[in-house]
Amino acid sequence: MSLIEVADLRRTFTVRRRVEGERRKQRTEVEAVRDLTFAIDAGEMVGYIGPNGAGKSTTVKMLTGILVPTSGRISVAGVDPSRHRTALARRIGVVFGQRTSLWWDLPLHDSFDLLQKIYRTDPARHRANLAEFVELLDLGSLLDTPVRQLSLGQRMRGDIVAALLHDPEILYLDEPTIGLDVVSKGRLREFLRALNRDRGTTLMLTTHDLQDIEALCDRVIVIDHGTQVYDGTLAGLHEQGGSHRTVVVDLVDEAPPIEVPGAVTRRVEGPRQWLSFPTDASAAPIVAALASSYDVADLSIQEPDIEEVIRELYSRPRSG
Amino acid sequence: MPLHVAVATRAFKRYSTYVGATLAGIFTNCVFGVIMCFVYLEVWGANPDAGGYDAGDAVTYVWLGQAMIMTVAVWGGGSPDDLAERIRTGDVVIDLYRPVGILGWYLAADLGRAAYHLLTRGLAPTLVGGLLFDLHYPADALTWLVFLAAIPIAVTVSFALRMLASLAAFWLLDDVGPRMLLGFAALFFSGLTVPLVILPDGLRELAMALPWATFLQVPADIWLGKRTGLEVVGGLAFMAGWAIVLLATCAYVLHRAERRVVVQGG
Ligand SMILES: Nc1ncnc2c1ncn2[C@@H]1O[C@H](COP(=O)(O)OP(=O)(O)OP(=O)(O)O)[C@@H](O)[C@H]1O
Ligand SMILES: [Mg+2]
Repeated sequence: MSLIEVADLRRTFTVRRRVEGERRKQRTEVEAVRDLTFAIDAGEMVGYIGPNGAGKSTTVKMLTGILVPTSGRISVAGVDPSRHRTALARRIGVVFGQRTSLWWDLPLHDSFDLLQKIYRTDPARHRANLAEFVELLDLGSLLDTPVRQLSLGQRMRGDIVAALLHDPEILYLDEPTIGLDVVSKGRLREFLRALNRDRGTTLMLTTHDLQDIEALCDRVIVIDHGTQVYDGTLAGLHEQGGSHRTVVVDLVDEAPPIEVPGAVTRRVEGPRQWLSFPTDASAAPIVAALASSYDVADLSIQEPDIEEVIRELYSRPRSG
Repeated sequence: MPLHVAVATRAFKRYSTYVGATLAGIFTNCVFGVIMCFVYLEVWGANPDAGGYDAGDAVTYVWLGQAMIMTVAVWGGGSPDDLAERIRTGDVVIDLYRPVGILGWYLAADLGRAAYHLLTRGLAPTLVGGLLFDLHYPADALTWLVFLAAIPIAVTVSFALRMLASLAAFWLLDDVGPRMLLGFAALFFSGLTVPLVILPDGLRELAMALPWATFLQVPADIWLGKRTGLEVVGGLAFMAGWAIVLLATCAYVLHRAERRVVVQGG
């Protein structure tokens, strides 16, 4: 049995909308999540991605037991989260990127102390964890700072520590890198990778930053409009998207769209043109053809971009 | 338990950072206390034993009332307001995924707040009132003790009522309606404007049976020695009874909320 199991999961919300011509607001059902089925094993790092409103946060809320599913089954560490929310809470950690679990009026250090009491973490264990995480996330100089005075990135690091002090087996991260600069993102990814490697913590990560996924996750689950559209490896996602490599050509002069065998011109902007060709084909003949028939000033080859792959996946007509 | 002590301590400290607001509040309490004393003295001058109180009892009641306004949060406020805000913004998810009950947490926070308000907005106006008027004080140490024990029970009853209004935000997303209702009820039934003992028969019995009687009237009667012996025990039992019933109601509503209600925001 897997650590996290989700079967035929569905959640609808009833919303009241004003409809033109009608005096009363009309109730409509929004299907935030439907027919979701997946399993995550202990020690996995899974990226959970999808466009805005896809149902990612709704799924995380159901996995933590905060939100009760409309139908379907969830089992996390062998229990139904919404029925055993409190017991499960000791075994999971959650970071909601846009919210904080720290107390704005308390220094970081006091917030961590309060969390030790909340989770009744063994004091020695708490101290050891705190020392380690504070070191790794470079929070030492900020422990006496009230949370309201922390920058977004500092607060986020504080929140990550807060979610981990009680040694959770599973860490859910809902947009943990939102608003962080490149350096902070890099450091956070490094930290999460080490956490998974050294402690075996299972990670489920929701993000709009696909570099998070590329850096951390062997596996991605993609959802759109509440339904799963992909579950597999990152490499498989590239194939599934039928992805292309791109030749970017700078011609000496502006020209009509280039025509060379084996590639298709996708975009023209002044003297610069973008040509795409299948990932499994060689770039050499295309470059040769270009050089022989055009006045090329510069040229580069771009590897397939996961963002593009996913965009393609989203824009595909959905069946059913 | 250590957790809830820590929560209460934090609330105490949080309120203690607003020194300016506290001083302004004490000043307001004193001004209102003086004005009400003159009104009451007028009333008791014409009617020297209204409600079984003499003039000294009446002015003492005024200052006890000023001390209780903020301590018991007669007009609302305190930790249930924080909860209502967190329900509206969706931050309540943070409270929900923790392995501690929401009710105990918010009650501890409100008791911490009440302790701060008792020591500042409670004590200071009473001292001022004692300098300006001839107040009555509890007759013996035991009465002091019982009075002090009654305060956290009164705070708990008030907390539970405020909490019920806030929990409505889970369904209504807006607790303005329930809060206004609660405010009106407190206006009439807390005894803060008019002591419940001087209400006409019938209305008085009703008011004395409602939870708002625990805010001021019952503790004041203990302070003034209007209740003696078993009546004191009965008074405390009446207060504790409301506290338990209302907390249980809160627990039930919270349970319902957690089972079927929607948490806002992504
Ligand atoms: N409390 C709610 N009431 C009504 N509809 C809701 C509620 N919460 C979410 N929804 C709807 O459910 C759908 C999924 O929302 P969800 O927050 O899970 O999306 P998401 O994938 O996390 O999006 P984002 O990337 O923007 O965070 C959306 O259409 C949203 O409008
Ligand atoms: Mg979201």
